[in-house]
Amino acid sequence: MNAPAITPEIVAEHGLKPDEYQLILEILGREPSFTELGIFSVMWSEHCSYKNSKPLLKLLPTEGPDVLQGPGENAGVVALDDRLAVCFKMESHNHPSAVEPFQGAATGVGGILRDIFTMGARPVALVDCLFFGTPGKPSVDRIIGGVVHGIADYGNCVGVPTIAGQVTFSPAFDTNPLVNAMAVGVMRKEDLTLAKARTPGNVVVYYGNATGRDGVHGATFASEELTEETMEQRSAVQVGDPFMGKKILEATLELIYSGSVEAIQDMGAAGLTCSGCEIAGRGRLGMRLELDKVPQRAQNMSAYEMMLSESQERMLAVIPPNRLAEAMAILEKWEVTPAVVGEVTNDGLLTVYHRGGVVAKVPALKISEESPVYRREARQPKDFPTEPWVPGPWAGSLKADQALESLLEDLNIHSKQWIHEQFDTQVQTNTVLGPGAGAAMLRVDGTTKLLGISSGVDPMKVACEPFTGARMAVAEAALNLLCVGAKPLGLTDNLNFGNPEKPEQFWFFRRAVEGIADMARALVIPVTGGNVSLYNESPTGPIWPTPTIGMVGRCESLDHMIRPGFKNPGELVFALGELPTSLAGSLLAFKQGGSSKLPAPLEADGIATFTPRMVALQALLNDLIDARILQSAQDVSEGGLAVALAEQCIFSPATVGFEGTLESYDLATLFGEPGALVVVGIRPEDQERFDEILDRHSEVDYTELGVVTDKPVLQLGDAIAMTVEALQHMRSHRTHI
Amino acid sequence: MSLKVAVITFPGSNCDQDMHRAVKLMGWDLVKLWHSDVLTEPVDLIAVPGGFSYGDYLRCGALARFSRAMESVREHASRGGLVLGVCNGFQILCEAGLLPGALHRNSGLKFRCLWTDLVVKQAGTAFSNAASAGQRLRVPIAHGEGNYFIDNDGLKSLQDNGQVVFEYADNPNGSVASIAGIMNREGNVLGMMPHPERAMETELGGVDGRVIFDSLMGALAKA
Repeated sequence: MNAPAITPEIVAEHGLKPDEYQLILEILGREPSFTELGIFSVMWSEHCSYKNSKPLLKLLPTEGPDVLQGPGENAGVVALDDRLAVCFKMESHNHPSAVEPFQGAATGVGGILRDIFTMGARPVALVDCLFFGTPGKPSVDRIIGGVVHGIADYGNCVGVPTIAGQVTFSPAFDTNPLVNAMAVGVMRKEDLTLAKARTPGNVVVYYGNATGRDGVHGATFASEELTEETMEQRSAVQVGDPFMGKKILEATLELIYSGSVEAIQDMGAAGLTCSGCEIAGRGRLGMRLELDKVPQRAQNMSAYEMMLSESQERMLAVIPPNRLAEAMAILEKWEVTPAVVGEVTNDGLLTVYHRGGVVAKVPALKISEESPVYRREARQPKDFPTEPWVPGPWAGSLKADQALESLLEDLNIHSKQWIHEQFDTQVQTNTVLGPGAGAAMLRVDGTTKLLGISSGVDPMKVACEPFTGARMAVAEAALNLLCVGAKPLGLTDNLNFGNPEKPEQFWFFRRAVEGIADMARALVIPVTGGNVSLYNESPTGPIWPTPTIGMVGRCESLDHMIRPGFKNPGELVFALGELPTSLAGSLLAFKQGGSSKLPAPLEADGIATFTPRMVALQALLNDLIDARILQSAQDVSEGGLAVALAEQCIFSPATVGFEGTLESYDLATLFGEPGALVVVGIRPEDQERFDEILDRHSEVDYTELGVVTDKPVLQLGDAIAMTVEALQHMRSHRTHI
Repeated sequence: MSLKVAVITFPGSNCDQDMHRAVKLMGWDLVKLWHSDVLTEPVDLIAVPGGFSYGDYLRCGALARFSRAMESVREHASRGGLVLGVCNGFQILCEAGLLPGALHRNSGLKFRCLWTDLVVKQAGTAFSNAASAGQRLRVPIAHGEGNYFIDNDGLKSLQDNGQVVFEYADNPNGSVASIAGIMNREGNVLGMMPHPERAMETELGGVDGRVIFDSLMGALAKA
């Protein structure tokens, strides 16, 4: 094959700017080969290099006593107890899911699972945060159906339960859906395996699917410039193979448990290029790769295509020569077609051989860690509201019970049972709390501690005010864990934003990252990894800025766990945190409309005090969990206090209702969403201990809200009197879209 | 009494470890049987677990029936040994001809994972002697192809011979006559779509699955 000459046009088609090309010339000291140009272009894409986001990501707190592995590896790792650790990460598959929803979502699940077992952890849970457009439009319905089916198909087949997540509907995601998949694994600490070669002379083993042309970068090239074959033979979308995914999962874990592997890396974005550069670069070493030995499923592939292929379910392992036979036997047993494709070298270079010649020779470390970095301009949008938000005339006439009904029926609050049911939520028989509650809870084999998992973000609030919206996302994920009795250990963030080259979009991005950093630092929850997805824009405009948070927590024992719903009649119910005095930033305000074009901005007072209020609330909840006196606990978020109380009646395992004792119920109290607010229930006999603990946390406001009754009615003064059966129907009558 | 139970693992099995856990919870001895091996020792029960054997790309269970481990299942069953197939295991037993009928895609065309109420149609079998006829058991399902089908003559024969062991109280997948689990004519091979191994512990939502394992214990104690 004759590789095309490197012209400015070819450079531009690779998405490399002229000054980036100059940097390549400096690093190599010569003109790159065509294959090398391809290698640089994918390694320096935003996806692999974080060149637009690196300076911002440095703001995030990444350290803590429980952190065993922070950002920079395939996934973060935190300690669960003295022997076991939790490995977790969230990653987006937005653009593939917009183009081909089923495969886009399926390969997203496959990719994030690989990140987890590559570290030596057995995946124990999947979490999906999905942001869709408005159902009813055929194009949107096609995306929803395809994404849900794709996640189900891959996750169910691999045998990892999908136990938590979020589904948000908004016109902001009509053409650009977000699919953020998180996987969580559990490992023995000694099995922690990094993608870092340490020993020259060790053997590089490839296993999993054969390499094809799927997902090769640079689809803008004319076919004849790439190979003699035609473009029609190249698939634009990667195809997931969950059966191979399951086999490489089991094979990889057996390999790691055998102790015969020094380093391991999956092949995701940028395939062989990325895994080769990173494994060698992290160890300050080099690698010799012989492409002719790589299993191939298409004929006459060029070195360029093989290096850039994104075929799914492929792994690269570094094995000491004296353990090779043992490792190969394990891989053969699982029928994952291993092949020795190279070795680790001490020259710091990734040297690629193909058909008897050297086709690329690049410095592994420089290419993976010294990519260009851009400090983008951030500018607050001109039309961003600065005046206080004023509700429309509806605020004078809207009846509270009508408002509650409209909120329970809102797709964003309504039960997502019709989606969850399509996922296997129980396989591995450790699911103690599945989807539907604020957080999920898993047993962990080998310890009496439990693993809590929460996730989400309210992108409307981030669009309102990105600094506080992002702080609220972190706070809500933490509160959701605390409300099931788990204390946060670490978080992963999936940052979905528009084009960073537009200062207004970059402003949202920057303010949101600052918000995550502020709240994570205040609550002492380290950020152990994440993913950045930029350029989420379509002809109809950018998406709502969406910094999705995934969080894991530790629950000391089953006795510390708090199940959803009120438990018994007689239970005394309190609000912990400040009751709202405004509807600004609430879902009700957004549905009803007000003075500004953007969704209602949050209230200025609440913004200023939010972080300290949340810190104080977390400290109080920690003590209440330790004291084991909470019968029930529920975070107040979308829909406010009224929805939280309705849900606690609906979720109850018993037939109960609630009778409120507040003097008055205005719309702001019932439906405001100030953040840092929870509803808890205690037994009357625990009142004294409860008061003692509250006294120690005098900075937290609290209000007695009422009592759980045996009459299944939600009674809030004259404002609301609705049967729990009616509430339940409003919230769960939809069985499809 | 300790029983010895073999659990098969195919590439793509994903409920094998859940079945291992259930066997251990019962206090039984576990023999792990890899799909390409045959049993080298006598066992009291072979369990064929759920999952997606060989990816189930052709048709659920269609490839697994050709595995070497299934030779052991046939041999064990032909000697009257007990066989329990759950979910994909049920599909495999049908494909292998050890049970009549077939499992189609769910009538709603979607995978469904939820707790279901089973009605014990036939008490007194090796798989249900710890239950009474008409008793309800709460056991979860998790499948995309659990819609049991058999022709009218076959159905009549199943019913006449008392081979329908479990029915759904509220048919979740379109199965003929709400069938959730059937056994062969001899009464030693049972296939069921619901997962009894997932209903063994209170903290996971219920213990009704133990009724099936307790029944197996009872049957073997008598034997």
